[in-house]
Amino acid sequence: MVARNSDDKLIHRPLSPHIQVYRWPISMALSIGHRITGVGLGIGTLLLTWWLVAAAVSNEAFDRVQWFLGSPIGLLLLFGWSAALFFHFFAGLRHLAWDAGYGFEKPWYDRTGWAVVIATVVATLLLWIVGLAAW
Amino acid sequence: MAKAPQIDIMRSPLGRARGLGAAKAGAVHWWVQRLTSLALVPLTLWFLCAVIRLLGATRDDVVYWMAGPLPIVLLIALVIATFHHLQAGLQVVIEDYVHHDWLRIGSVLLVKGLSVLLALACIVAVLRLGL
Repeated sequence: MVARNSDDKLIHRPLSPHIQVYRWPISMALSIGHRITGVGLGIGTLLLTWWLVAAAVSNEAFDRVQWFLGSPIGLLLLFGWSAALFFHFFAGLRHLAWDAGYGFEKPWYDRTGWAVVIATVVATLLLWIVGLAAW
Repeated sequence: MAKAPQIDIMRSPLGRARGLGAAKAGAVHWWVQRLTSLALVPLTLWFLCAVIRLLGATRDDVVYWMAGPLPIVLLIALVIATFHHLQAGLQVVIEDYVHHDWLRIGSVLLVKGLSVLLALACIVAVLRLGL
């Protein structure tokens, strides 16, 4: 960064290293993951809106949305939506625990982080096993 | 007599009593995100059960299911909590990454407006189906 020193001379100021030079601990990955899944779920609400509005409009509109959700692209979107939802759900519970004042100690910080990852994988797989069996 | 201890605070007594801070809205935004997330914990679990139940459902199945007293109320609650939570979260994301004033204000307002419209579309659809 270019700035002026006290003698009004232009100098290069040192910059603190940005995120790309750090090793990624689990907490960093989960933090940005919470944001990304949040934004992703926002896009997912478009699917929910489409489904509800189509169901309210006509048989043809409803058949179309059901056909799309059952297509390979639709299933992929639903899988991504469910994984993002579970991640945001479990990471959100972790945030609520912090807000209540719990879980800040270093070992617990990492442990609950991995618990979020494992819970997300297990819950997503379980949902799809139950879902595909019920379908 | 000793003088009462005193600390210098730049904020006026009225400003301190109002507790609105530099953001001029106090902790409302923070609370909205927490309260909606708390509400969404049970609502999301219920919604996932509903989704599994309605897999491969026909439109008649959906209408029959939604006419029950519980689904119609919980679905509307879910829609309100979801979109309220969504616009609050997206606002923070936009405020963090968009540094150009008008672009930031514009996109925040756009997100809020779209959230309201989508939520209304969902609610009207649920009422049409369930009533």
